[in-house]
Amino acid sequence: MTLLATERIKLFTTRSPWWSTVLALGVTVGLATMVGLTHDGPRPLTLTQTQFGTQFGLMVILVMAALAVTTEYRFATIRATFQAIPNRTAALLAKTTVVALLATVLGEIAAFGSWAAAKITATNTDLALTTADDWRRVAGTGLVYGIAAVMAVAVGILVRQSAGAISVLLIWVMLVENLVGLIPRVGADIQEWLPFIAVQRFLGNPGPDAVLGPWASLAYFAGVTAVLLVAALGSAAKRDA
Amino acid sequence: MTLLAVERMKLFTTRSPWWCAVLALAVTVGFAALMAGTASAESPITIAATQFGYGFGLMVVMVMAALAITTEYRFSTIRATFQAIPNRTAALLAKTTVVALLAAVIGEIAAFGSWGIATVIEPTADLAINTPFEWRAIAGIGAVYGFAAVIAVSVGVLVRHSAGAISVLLIWTSLLENLIMLIPRVGRDIHQWLPFNVAHQFVTGDPDPSARAIQDGPGLSDAVLSPWPALAYFAGFAVVLLVIALTVANKRDA
Amino acid sequence: MIEAVGLTKRYGKTLAVDNLSFTVPAGRVTGFLGPNGAGKSTTMRMILGLDAPTGGSALIDGKHYRDLHHPLRTVGALLDAKWVHPNRSARAHLQWMAKSNKLPAKRVDEVLEIVGLTSVAGKRAGGFSLGMSQRLGIAAALLGDPQVLLFDEPVNGLDPEGILWIRKFMHRLAEEGRTVFVSSHLLSEMALTAQELVVIGRGKLISQSSTEDFVAQATENTVRVRSPQLAALRTALGRAGVSIRDEGESLIVSGMDCAEVGELAASTGAVLHELSPQRGSLEEAFMQLTGDSVEYHTEIADGQVPATLVPAGK
Repeated sequence: MTLLATERIKLFTTRSPWWSTVLALGVTVGLATMVGLTHDGPRPLTLTQTQFGTQFGLMVILVMAALAVTTEYRFATIRATFQAIPNRTAALLAKTTVVALLATVLGEIAAFGSWAAAKITATNTDLALTTADDWRRVAGTGLVYGIAAVMAVAVGILVRQSAGAISVLLIWVMLVENLVGLIPRVGADIQEWLPFIAVQRFLGNPGPDAVLGPWASLAYFAGVTAVLLVAALGSAAKRDA
Repeated sequence: MTLLAVERMKLFTTRSPWWCAVLALAVTVGFAALMAGTASAESPITIAATQFGYGFGLMVVMVMAALAITTEYRFSTIRATFQAIPNRTAALLAKTTVVALLAAVIGEIAAFGSWGIATVIEPTADLAINTPFEWRAIAGIGAVYGFAAVIAVSVGVLVRHSAGAISVLLIWTSLLENLIMLIPRVGRDIHQWLPFNVAHQFVTGDPDPSARAIQDGPGLSDAVLSPWPALAYFAGFAVVLLVIALTVANKRDA
Repeated sequence: MIEAVGLTKRYGKTLAVDNLSFTVPAGRVTGFLGPNGAGKSTTMRMILGLDAPTGGSALIDGKHYRDLHHPLRTVGALLDAKWVHPNRSARAHLQWMAKSNKLPAKRVDEVLEIVGLTSVAGKRAGGFSLGMSQRLGIAAALLGDPQVLLFDEPVNGLDPEGILWIRKFMHRLAEEGRTVFVSSHLLSEMALTAQELVVIGRGKLISQSSTEDFVAQATENTVRVRSPQLAALRTALGRAGVSIRDEGESLIVSGMDCAEVGELAASTGAVLHELSPQRGSLEEAFMQLTGDSVEYHTEIADGQVPATLVPAGK
């Protein structure tokens, strides 16, 4: 608990988490509001339409989580951290936990905030959260943000440079995973097993012939993340700080 | 000319441009090799399809261009620069020019390299560069990279932090422009005029329909401009950003 | 010659530099002295045109820095030794600077030789110790063989050998007729290095004079008297309107010199066992002058912490 408190203090006494929070919530909820305001036509506004801004929030979370650890390397405060807490695995796990918790909370606020904003601003809506699937697609955002934050922290520990970690994460998520699908013949099959495509299945409505169901997709995403985190912790324990 | 030489020395005596250049070329050309290698009789490789990786190279080039200026702020060498060259506009224009030229060269090598490797792997495929569209699809990539580098340097000057500038650029180009499309009614109209979508129109627009199915190349742009005005629009956007960045840099304390 | 006229810099509500005017003459080492946070670095950045003054101006040989043609040939500066890209070699750092002011490439090797970095010129600057970075910074300042040189806290973090080297070096530069302006928060260091002193506190000018005059003026000159008739002497001194304080068996008198105290004692009929002039130390003088203008007071009482213990702020 002490370690968690330590990391919480460290996180909230710098500016980037605050910036990220404002940006992630502002843009996601802002986009949902715009959707709500501009929506018209015979078909009611759907749940999917209210949630499209959460993709943007996801990117901001990745950046925030990566920065939480890369800035420690940049300003060499990681040395002070390891000096205070020589058990590096414990120190880094504490940081990962705090960042992931913050990301989860932000995800829930972003998702429900977007849902509420659209419900208030649009006239013709079909936004009742009735089925378990409906709940998953809104409340699931928090889980995705939390796990994605763990992945970003792991990449941050491995790369140690803000610019490098952010570039790797953003280019991977937004570009590489989409480009892979364009490779003839094999592309689509590979793409099914890419982690953020799995996230899309979890937050979407995968058909019955999808390779994994929604919850299995989330578990797969978490598994990939766990592997990365173990690799990161292993390398941090071995490396000179 | 002296200032250009100075900026060239500064750029090439650090490591990130080399890394980025290698990465951009490796991935774009590698992607083309993958496309050519997996092509079949029913979906043969086309010129457009050899350029699938160009979006990836674009991201890497923008990261490189942003880093070229944000690292100067990070290590305060911008102060040494302005001390040696008090005319900030001249100093920053020289940097922008050098970075943009490098980006354009990387773009041309990436594009022709991608095309070249495809012709090697699939010598029987029809990859002759004949039509204006085909020339734009390959040679046009250098121009897009060059102006994108100007945009990236401008954002770098304005934001001054590597993390911030890279995040803004990547999220803007790969996500925000597409997300805006999802806004009902107005989204598509706005999207038609967003700069990177318009730049994409220059590369992919006005294809010869007989020679190209949509799925055989990078997705098409929905911009309404024809290709060359599209490039001019993209360049204009870059220049406007650059002017704002230069004005701010002149006013601000270094 | 450097000339500051009414130089002012405001950051939001704080006035970092407040209507500062001074001149730095050629051929002398001029110290720029003030506690941490007094506005020394800001002033130097304004002289170099890096920060825009809110008011007033700083001129070098009558020109604004921005109007200098090939400024490195006129002004060399070391404001912060860490203003170097860590992955660039020392030589590459100097090469681009030389190129930017059309200086010959061989000048790079010359300045590397002067500061003794020739053997590590190809190494990345990020791996340099503070002392080596400082030398690289000085090499950059000397690149254009300038007539005006600015150094901001150049001895920070240097070992005694390095400090001695820099001190001699600055004297040599001044003897060659150059203008040398060097800032420090260490009066003891300045007393050995500088012939002229510009002293500031909280952004305001406190004094500009020769180092000798500064010390003489600022040091509180007192007289110590010991006498078996101390009570009578105290009364007589009190009547003469000077301030007195007790120190053990003796009185410390300020506001009167030895002769006057002696005459007063004679007229009172007091026997004197000691009558000696007391000179204050440099640090005391500095503390006295800037005592009200220290930006960050320490908790330790009486201001007894010598300025040397406080790390320099950048």
